[in-house]
Amino acid sequence: MRLSPDEVIFWQNGFFKLNATIVWTWVLMLILVLGSRLVTRRLSSAVHIPRWQNILEIIVLGILQQLKEVGLKHPEKHIGFLGTLFLFIAIASLCTIFPIYEPPTGSLSTTAALAISVFIASPMFGIREQGFVGYLKTYLEPTPLMLPFNLIGEVSRTLAMAIRLFGNMMSGTMILAILLAITPLIFPIVMSLLGLLTGMVQAYIFSIISTVYIAAAMQSSEG
Amino acid sequence: MLIDWFTVIAQVINFLILVFLLKRFLYKPILNAIDEREKRIAAQLQEAEAQKTEAQNEHMKFQQLNEDFAKRTDAMMAAAEENATLERQHLLENARKEYEQLRSGLQESLKSEHANLGHDLKARAQREVFEIVRRVLSDLAGTSLEAQIAHVFVQKLQSIGPEEKAKLLSALHANGRPVMVRSAFDLDAGAQTELENSVKNLLGADIQVQFGQAPEEVGGIELSANGFKINWTIADYLDSLEKRISELQLVQQNNPTELQTATDGN
Repeated sequence: MRLSPDEVIFWQNGFFKLNATIVWTWVLMLILVLGSRLVTRRLSSAVHIPRWQNILEIIVLGILQQLKEVGLKHPEKHIGFLGTLFLFIAIASLCTIFPIYEPPTGSLSTTAALAISVFIASPMFGIREQGFVGYLKTYLEPTPLMLPFNLIGEVSRTLAMAIRLFGNMMSGTMILAILLAITPLIFPIVMSLLGLLTGMVQAYIFSIISTVYIAAAMQSSEG
Repeated sequence: MLIDWFTVIAQVINFLILVFLLKRFLYKPILNAIDEREKRIAAQLQEAEAQKTEAQNEHMKFQQLNEDFAKRTDAMMAAAEENATLERQHLLENARKEYEQLRSGLQESLKSEHANLGHDLKARAQREVFEIVRRVLSDLAGTSLEAQIAHVFVQKLQSIGPEEKAKLLSALHANGRPVMVRSAFDLDAGAQTELENSVKNLLGADIQVQFGQAPEEVGGIELSANGFKINWTIADYLDSLEKRISELQLVQQNNPTELQTATDGN
């Protein structure tokens, strides 16, 4: 029994390998980019707009709205990173309805990669907003005594994010696989629906927590 | 080992590429389109607002014009009515004046006609009466009317009071001329003698009497001495007749039907 699509290796040359995680990620990237390109190729700024454009606008504006509610002052600047995080995880979860598909988010390597991206992006956005010294000062708040705890918190939350997403996605797929073995009819469909729901919830949680971290990194000196 | 580090690195790179691609193909175009549309809608709304304001202005202007027009129309109507009233009064006044003129003219002509008629009537009546009386008198008594008139005048002379007689005498003595006896007709010798005698009886034997003609004295005799006059004439009776006729005519003017009954009654 395998826990991760990492274990399905199509091609390997020393350190380099091509496993199912990377391949499915590419497929998802292709779907996202091609879908966006197809729709945005013929954008209309008139009052009446095409249906697909309307859907994309709803998604983009919804993401913007969420970012704004969390506390980002200029959500347009961060929608590239945070929105892509949400869309990637959401699409990865949605596609679980296809039989042979395995979500790349079910691999700890992918979730770790996403968590590391947030781990790196958060101080980057913070530095861009407050300057290097200004950002570093946030680790000394409320008192310099808190520095070690702040540092531990920084690392641990990244770890928590990676493992939370991995656990949820992997468990969903695992449960589905186990149920298929036990009760092959009907019940897996219900669980699959539940999996879709948890997948969307996870996408939302992951991106919102990332947003909170980034917002915190940008605002801590002000607050 | 659950974490494959090569996969982690590959996924980080994949994720960054995806971020770049989605920024390029999804977020930017969509946000731009939304912004553009919002701008366009805002512009349209602004334009609509401007048009609305313009329309309101136009409306106000039009309303103002309408009000002005109504005011002007009212003023013109009032002026026209006033003019019409004045014109009507003027015309009525003219008509009234004309009527008055016509009426007074008519009255004048009626009056003059009446006067002419009266005059003619009087003259004719005098002549007729004179003729009739003469004929009657000559037929009945074989005496000429003139003799009879002279006789009546003699009687009148004899019957004058002393006061009048004194006046006559004083008038005669004032200028010393003879007494003038004038009549419309030539008195015959008998009548002249009778008259002369009666005058001498009345005023004294030394009084001289001169006879003359007075055509205006229709059927009458007049005795005059230095402006003092005594006369008898049929005209007196004719005057009374004329008066009676005038009264009848007045009645006719006031009420023709009354005249009818009056004439019927006579």
